[in-house]
Amino acid sequence: MSGDLRDLYQQLVFDHYKRPRNHHALDDATHHAEGHNPLCGDEVTVWLDVADGVVRNVGFEGGGCAIATASASLMTEAIKGRPVAEVQRIFDEFHRMVTGKENGAHGDLGKLEVLAGVREFPVRVKCATLAWHTLHAALERESKSVSTE
Amino acid sequence: MKLERGVFAPAAVDVDRLRADFPILAERVNGRPLVYLDNGATTQKPRVVIDALASYYEHDNANVHRGVHTLSRRATDAYDAARVTVQRFVNAASPDEIVFVRGTTEAINLVAFSHARPRLVPGDEIVVTAMEHHSNIVPWQLACEATGAKLVVIPIDDTGALRMDRAEELIGPRTRVVAVTHVSNALGSIVPVARIVELAHRHGAVVLVDGAQAVSHVAVDVQALGCDFYAFSGHKIFGPTGIGVLWGRAPLLAAMPPWQGGGDMIRTVAFEKTTYADPPFRFEAGTPDIAGAIGLAVALDYVAGIGLDAIAAHEEHLLAHATQRLLAIPGLTIVGTAVDKASIVSFTVDGIHPHDIGTVLDQEGVAIRAGHHCAMPVMKRFGISGTARASFALYNSRADVDALAAGIESARRLFA
Repeated sequence: MSGDLRDLYQQLVFDHYKRPRNHHALDDATHHAEGHNPLCGDEVTVWLDVADGVVRNVGFEGGGCAIATASASLMTEAIKGRPVAEVQRIFDEFHRMVTGKENGAHGDLGKLEVLAGVREFPVRVKCATLAWHTLHAALERESKSVSTE
Repeated sequence: MKLERGVFAPAAVDVDRLRADFPILAERVNGRPLVYLDNGATTQKPRVVIDALASYYEHDNANVHRGVHTLSRRATDAYDAARVTVQRFVNAASPDEIVFVRGTTEAINLVAFSHARPRLVPGDEIVVTAMEHHSNIVPWQLACEATGAKLVVIPIDDTGALRMDRAEELIGPRTRVVAVTHVSNALGSIVPVARIVELAHRHGAVVLVDGAQAVSHVAVDVQALGCDFYAFSGHKIFGPTGIGVLWGRAPLLAAMPPWQGGGDMIRTVAFEKTTYADPPFRFEAGTPDIAGAIGLAVALDYVAGIGLDAIAAHEEHLLAHATQRLLAIPGLTIVGTAVDKASIVSFTVDGIHPHDIGTVLDQEGVAIRAGHHCAMPVMKRFGISGTARASFALYNSRADVDALAAGIESARRLFA
């Protein structure tokens, strides 16, 4: 098995794929959005409870491949309890990391760095960013659905 | 298809010899020999087709139907000869029934626009099947939106076979067009086109057949099928991309208005009144894909030289081998198990998303398709978001099937 493949599918990715965290809707959501990846038909819904500029709670439904599901699950852990401004910064850093833009240079992303291997698989970047684009749309209070295309 | 000589079953194809005809099969992908199993998406090109394109541009390139000079005559002769080759390949009554288009999608849109739309009135029905590719759904939805006609869908059963009992009920006096695939791209099911034609013609409806997935696997005789339009793409039968064919019955084509205006599709042009050329030129506005048509003809001659009976027999063995190998893998489910099936195997594996299967296989040099295959209603019918799909062609071997099975086992180990 190639090293790239091992970098892509690390144990933490499998852990979050098989046991996704915060994988449920929120009854008291203030924001939500749906996203879909027309390439594969995968769909995800992100729910947020935002108060006083802080993401107090977050959940997601749906998912898809290991990369999409693990990314969504890790995202919920990374942003829960964070100020919205910081969530935006994390979104930007994460995007740089997985797309390899600006050489993939990014600030400390903690556990999310397990997804850095995605940049060696350009066709899978959309899987990794689906939940994040959906989060972005939810925060902008866009009730419409987003697409990775 | 008739046997050219001999009275026995068609000879098995010599796969090693055929593989040598396709330069790309020598490629290595991610350090492994390429195992190309995405033929449903597009097929690879034999050396003769690649050479024909280069030779045309190196020796004959000129515009067609326009010049008195030698190169224009050569290009025109080759382009017209390509039409005759296509005519013979599908056994059309005349080369004038062969319209060159960009591909199957454009062919279907042309029929929806020029044949169906002018005739449809509210209450009319267009009948499709639940296993159509989006390209044989959306053009009809557009026609329905524009005219008030209604789209009616013949369901499929749990094996992916067409429900002929429902077809008998749904094709009726309000049906104007029945648009069916010949072979399902997502499931491999072969549609009993001749029986559909019988039902449709009983009610005066025309039948369009989407042959994109069929032409490289089964011998197509449009007169024997009895349909009214048949569409296919060059690139799915070892020809170039950008060229495709619409075959239509001469009286139907003659009654259709043009759909794009321009050069080559006119008889006379005046600002007061323009008159249009007869089919097929009426539907070929502008400079056509001359090299593409020439390349397609070479591809069709290549296929005819091997023989579709021999190809079908070879692919039947591959399908049986693949089915046996894949069903032995724990957690693997084949989606599309119709009795009458072409060499396409769609499958899911418990706990592994099709995209992840595709990525793992790609690392082992095995190219398959993963996703909804532009047939989202089919996926919905089976309650899944997508499948992994291996689709075989004449140059695939048992070793390719074994590489596929080994790759799936790798994915299972990785995801264990």
